[in-house]
Amino acid sequence: MSNWDTVIGLEVHVQLATKTKIFSGASTAFGAEPNTQACAIDLAMPGTLPVLNKQAVHYAVMFGLAIDAEIGKESAFERKNYFYPDLPKGYQTTQLEKPIVGRGNVEIELADGRKKTIRIHHAHLEEDAGKSLHEGDFRHGVSGIDLNRAGTPLIEIVSEPDMNNAEEAIAFAKKLHSIVTSIGICDGEMSQGSMRFDVNVSVKPSGSDTLGTRTETKNLNSFKFMEECIAKEVERQIDLIEDGGTVLQETRLYNGDTKVARSMRSKEEANDYRYFPCPDLLPVIVSDETIEELRRNLPELPDARQARFVEQYSLSDYDAGILSSDAAMANYFETAAEKSGNAKLAANWTMGELAARLNNEDLSIANSPVSAEQLAGLIVRIADNSISGKMAKQVFEGIWAGEGSADEIIDARGLKQVSDSGALEQMVADVLAANQAMVEDYINTDEAKRKKKLGGFMGQIMKASKGQANPQQVNQILAKKLNELL
Amino acid sequence: MHNLTIAELIRGLQSKEFTSVELTQHFLDRIGSLNPAYNAVITVTAEQALKAAAAADQRLAAGNAPALCGVPMLHKDIFCTNGVRTSCGSKMLDNFIPPYNATVVENFEAAGAVVLGKTNMDEFAMGSSNETSFYGPVQNPWDTDCVPGGSSGGSAAAVAARLAPGATATDTGGSIRQPAALCGITGLKPTYGRVSRWGMIAFASSLDQGGPMARTAEDCAIMLSCMASFDDKDSTCIDREVPDYSATLGQDIKGLRIGVPSEYFSEGLDPGTEKAVRAALAELEAQGAELVEISLPNTGLSVPAYYVIAPAEASANLSRFDGVKYGYRCEDPKDLQDLYTRTRAEGFGEEVQRRILIGTYCLSAGYYDAYYGKAQQVRQLIQQDFEKAFASVDVIMGPTCPSPAFKFGSKGDDPVAMYLEDIYTIATNLAGLPGMSVPCGMVDNKPVGLQIIGNYFDEARMLNVAHQYQQVTDWHSAAPEGIL
Repeated sequence: MSNWDTVIGLEVHVQLATKTKIFSGASTAFGAEPNTQACAIDLAMPGTLPVLNKQAVHYAVMFGLAIDAEIGKESAFERKNYFYPDLPKGYQTTQLEKPIVGRGNVEIELADGRKKTIRIHHAHLEEDAGKSLHEGDFRHGVSGIDLNRAGTPLIEIVSEPDMNNAEEAIAFAKKLHSIVTSIGICDGEMSQGSMRFDVNVSVKPSGSDTLGTRTETKNLNSFKFMEECIAKEVERQIDLIEDGGTVLQETRLYNGDTKVARSMRSKEEANDYRYFPCPDLLPVIVSDETIEELRRNLPELPDARQARFVEQYSLSDYDAGILSSDAAMANYFETAAEKSGNAKLAANWTMGELAARLNNEDLSIANSPVSAEQLAGLIVRIADNSISGKMAKQVFEGIWAGEGSADEIIDARGLKQVSDSGALEQMVADVLAANQAMVEDYINTDEAKRKKKLGGFMGQIMKASKGQANPQQVNQILAKKLNELL
Repeated sequence: MHNLTIAELIRGLQSKEFTSVELTQHFLDRIGSLNPAYNAVITVTAEQALKAAAAADQRLAAGNAPALCGVPMLHKDIFCTNGVRTSCGSKMLDNFIPPYNATVVENFEAAGAVVLGKTNMDEFAMGSSNETSFYGPVQNPWDTDCVPGGSSGGSAAAVAARLAPGATATDTGGSIRQPAALCGITGLKPTYGRVSRWGMIAFASSLDQGGPMARTAEDCAIMLSCMASFDDKDSTCIDREVPDYSATLGQDIKGLRIGVPSEYFSEGLDPGTEKAVRAALAELEAQGAELVEISLPNTGLSVPAYYVIAPAEASANLSRFDGVKYGYRCEDPKDLQDLYTRTRAEGFGEEVQRRILIGTYCLSAGYYDAYYGKAQQVRQLIQQDFEKAFASVDVIMGPTCPSPAFKFGSKGDDPVAMYLEDIYTIATNLAGLPGMSVPCGMVDNKPVGLQIIGNYFDEARMLNVAHQYQQVTDWHSAAPEGIL
């Protein structure tokens, strides 16, 4: 047992999937040419004024409902003042005193099956800043500013320091990802910055009631980086204290590529943000009717979906949990299950071959080259014994490579499995006749060890059929014919 | 032609006594010859104006011309004009050409008005004397040794000097009413939310409000009918029908209850000014109005509260001027900090820097509650003062400012003395109420303004009262020497 307890709290920035920005009509689409999606408001041109995007408010309320939180019926925007070139107004419009989402709870499940509730302190609406492109990313000796992201709506979710290790923090982060994608308020594309995590970490002597000094590591955008960063930071703090030093309250950055963390600014260097209510925006009033309507139309939450998958598709709790943890994956699975009529195979293929392949290529399921409908077509051919499992993998590769549907690839490659029993009986008989020595050997082997000998015959038969014989059927016929010889 | 009111110009244009091109050329000529003495207009858009005038003449000939078709006017240089420099009186925006129009500019364009150019103003509307403009001070046409008031001093002086029959202006703490009073014209600050702030460069967002300046209340009514609109681009704009303010100008004022706050006639008020204002009240009484003594006990707190709230909001509003995106940028910055520091030190004038510092201080950790928090409480008290008063009176009247126009430099070294210039006007901004200034007399050949404060959205009543007063007095038609 370690002599130290770890305490972790997260601040999570979630980009809301609105078409336009939180205070302007400019598009929020990712990946456009720099500064092509920034209008006069986003550029903070003199005289321009913000108008609140109602959809962003509704999305924030939906999040509140999803975590069973108090909804701020009258929330308010404030200005957080600081100078930075990618912050065009010189202040961020955000919420402080009156956030739109109050206290709530998120339940996580850990590897050992243990459940834990992480309390949410609040969640508030705010605008994202633009991006600074420094040397290396941009021209030599020049920094560039891309304001396409400026004004993208965010909710910042602030947890209580309720997590005690990286596993819990990751489980919480994944659960939030699952919730916001399930209710459709965020596309969940971590690599595009759609969810970013600030991790607050402190350590204290085991059992102590006093929290240690915390550090905040900002802007982690992958679960893997988060895990690495927490491990390193906990180790750093413990080493520091055990060597007689003290942890400084500071903001840190973690570089996921180089695995190096560094201090960004200390508490002394922290800005005085001079928050005050934004006079350009009215208080945000959310009526009971709106809340009830959003509640009625709230999409299925991950926990409910998991239970339904177990019930409706007879999946194990574990499989249902994995499939429901990501909304896109869950939707994919359901489409594949329904189109193929075989939920078990759909689940296995979605979590197995497909997930592995996507992971290898660093693709999200939304960008999968194999659609759920195509996978269903493949599953139908596996289920009706047209193709073997081995063939199925080849067909899957073909679909991935864009060669067409399962049936088209099976035809084109001549992968049809031979399941005609007459033809198979003949094939088995031919192989036995041609391999008398092996047959003798089989007959003379102890009964207990005979099974092992079957493989040799199988290999010959599959070879003779060019791999197209249905292996289960061949197995049956072979066993029957050999037993007749005993 | 330049002595005709907007109402008369509209009639003249529609009855073809003169064309808009003739009228526009006439005012452009006057700006060319007289403006060098006043420095009221800082950008003249002659070519565009004549083109717009020619288009207006065609519409007038076709017989379906909108309300202000062919009438020349000026915009305060705080309103963004598409393709025309909008400086806000600052070096910071000396090179700024907006790619959009303010809603107010759009509204006048839709009404067919012809824009002659942009008027001088205190830098970022911060000032009561027009001495803070990057383009130099504006001279008061009544006495060129004196200030025209501010911040809309350019608009006020231009109207007084008959360089245009009307001009737009803005009022954050008195910036329409005080220069209107000092230049002997009529000006109206509407209820907060009546006129869109889109494209109006922000000083203090919760106080700023655009309004008209002209020589008569009737002209202000015509202008406001066009200027006011609901605008979904300004979240603080109020969705309420805009009445035809001209239609209700003919009502007599018998039984009108005029509240006269004792706090507006206390020490610091110039005796000549008081005499002129009292005479105006007596005139209204003679027309059947009833004078009611009232108290606005928190008046004395309005200036301190204002000089916390307005600078606090300004400190954030002016953060966008950082040399990164547009406007002034210092030469050869050595790093980011240097870019910010020198851009803002070189681009902003002294008064603007003073207010940014005051505002930043008031919002700082540890000071917020004592300053900004307290000022917001005072703001509520002031609102309550007015609420109580309007329970028993229809309008409130008093002086617009403590004294007539003062000499250049006379308050330049003492910001507090300058801030007290707005002691009677600031409370209405804090409460969001409409206020007006109407010429009501002269002291040492310099105009005095009568202030009329109305209840929320009661501009029609205020304009009618002012119009009735102007039917029986002629202070509003007096012209500075050398103007006629």
